[in-house]
Amino acid sequence: MTDTPLVQITAVNKWYGPLHVLQDINLEITKGEVVVVIGPSGSGKSTLCRVINRLEPITSGSIRFDGRELPAEGKALARLRSEVGMVFQSFNLFAHKTILENVTLGPVKVLKDSPSKAKEAGMALLSRVGIANQADKYPAQLSGGQQQRAAIARALAMRPKAMLFDEPTSALDPEMVSEVLDVMTSLAREGMTMVVVTHEMGFARQAANRVVFMADGQVVEEAGPEEFFARPKSARAQDFLSKILH
Amino acid sequence: MDVLIKYSDQFVSGFWVTFQLCLLSAIGALVVGTAVAVLRISPVPPLRAVGTAYVTVFRNMPLTIVMFFCAFALPTIGVNGNFLKIPLLDQLFRRLGTDLPFFRLAVIALTLYTAAFVCEALRAGINAVPAGQAEAARSLGLTFTQNLRHVVLPQAWKAAIVPLGSVIIAMIKNSALAGFFGVVGDLSSVADRLTGAGGEPIIPVFIGISIGYLIMTIPLGLLLDRIEKRRAVAR
Repeated sequence: MTDTPLVQITAVNKWYGPLHVLQDINLEITKGEVVVVIGPSGSGKSTLCRVINRLEPITSGSIRFDGRELPAEGKALARLRSEVGMVFQSFNLFAHKTILENVTLGPVKVLKDSPSKAKEAGMALLSRVGIANQADKYPAQLSGGQQQRAAIARALAMRPKAMLFDEPTSALDPEMVSEVLDVMTSLAREGMTMVVVTHEMGFARQAANRVVFMADGQVVEEAGPEEFFARPKSARAQDFLSKILH
Repeated sequence: MDVLIKYSDQFVSGFWVTFQLCLLSAIGALVVGTAVAVLRISPVPPLRAVGTAYVTVFRNMPLTIVMFFCAFALPTIGVNGNFLKIPLLDQLFRRLGTDLPFFRLAVIALTLYTAAFVCEALRAGINAVPAGQAEAARSLGLTFTQNLRHVVLPQAWKAAIVPLGSVIIAMIKNSALAGFFGVVGDLSSVADRLTGAGGEPIIPVFIGISIGYLIMTIPLGLLLDRIEKRRAVAR
C-alpha cells in the first residue's frame, strides 16, 4: 500500500441536460481500499462509478487514475479501461460467446495474451468463482448468480488495478446474492482496490474500509463502516438508514 | 406456350445474366451497406454525417433515377466502372470485362441503391444488441473496431438476416430495370425484345420471364423462413 491515491476525483460536476447529477465531487481512493457507495436511487452513485472509467464523460473537474488524467475517447482511454475492471447490474455477458470465451476475449484481443494462456488463466478464474463446470455454456443457460460470477471473472481476467461494481446484486434473485457477495468479499480480503455501489449493507459492514453516502448528486458523508452505521452524522443518512435497516 | 420452348436458350441466358447481376450487386450492397452502417454508428460526428447523407440520398431517390444517372451520366464524366474489370472474376462473370460499360454500371447502380437499405436493416440489427454488451466490451478496453468485430456485429448479423433477405429479394426484382438502361440480354430485355421486335405474344413471354425471377426469389424466401424458424426454436 502506498499513500498516492489510485483514483483521485477532484471537483467533478456532471450534468445530464438540466439535471445536475454529480455536484462538486471530491473523492480519493487508495490502493487496496474498498469503498462502498450507498444512497437512495437517483443520488448519482451509479454515475460516480461509471465516470471513473469514463463510460460517462464528466462536465467539469478532474479524474486521475494511477497518477494519469483520464484521456479522451480513443486508444489511450481503451488502454486505461483495460486496467479498471467493471461489473454491471445486468451482467452484460456477450450472449453469442461461451462463458470461457467471454473471459478470454479481453486478454486475447486487448492484452494480446496467447489463446492457450488466456484459456488456462480463464479456467483458473472460473474455478475461483466456482463455475468452472459452466465454461462451455452460453450466458443464457446460467442462473443470474452464475452469470454475475462469470462477469466478475471476465473483469478479473484483465488483471485490473481496480474493480468497479455497479449494483452487482440488484438484479439477482435473493438466494443468489450471497454467492456473488462471497466472491466480492474474498476479492476485498486479497487486497483488490474496489469501488462498490450497492444496497447490501451487510457487505458494506463486512468488507468496506470506507462508506461513502451520496444523496442528490453530492457526497453527504464519508466514514468507516462501524462509525457510519452506528452514528450517521447527517440527517439524510439517518433517514436513509432508518428506512433500510429494520 | 410454344414460345417458351422455341426461345428457351434466350430465357436461360437471360436468367444467367440477371443472376450474375444480382449476385454481384448483392455482394456489393452487403459490403457497402455494412461500411455505411459502421459510419452511421461511428463515434466521430463527421463520419456519422457522411453515413446519414448516403442513406438519405439513396433511400429517397427512385431507383430509375439512380439507374439513369449511372448508365448515362457517369460515362460522360469518364466513369465506366472499369475498376470492376477484376482479373479472374471477369472470367467467371464475362460481362464484367466487356467493352460496353452498361452491365458494370447497372451493378454500381443496384449496389449503391440497395446498400442504403442494407445499412438500415443492419442498423436495426445493431440496435437489437443490448447496449450493455457494447459497454462491457468498452470497459474491457476493446477499441471501437474490436467492439464491432467481436461483440456487436456478429450478433447484429443474426438479428438482421431476415430483414436483409427481404432487402435482397427486393433488389432481385429491382434488377429488372437494368434491361432498360443498356444491359443487353438480361431477363427483362429478353421480354422486351421478344414481344417488341420479335412480335411474339405477350402473355406467354411474360410468364416465362416471371418464372425466371421466381426461381431466384422464392427459394430465397423459403430459406429465410427456415432461418427464422430455426432461430425461434433456439430462443
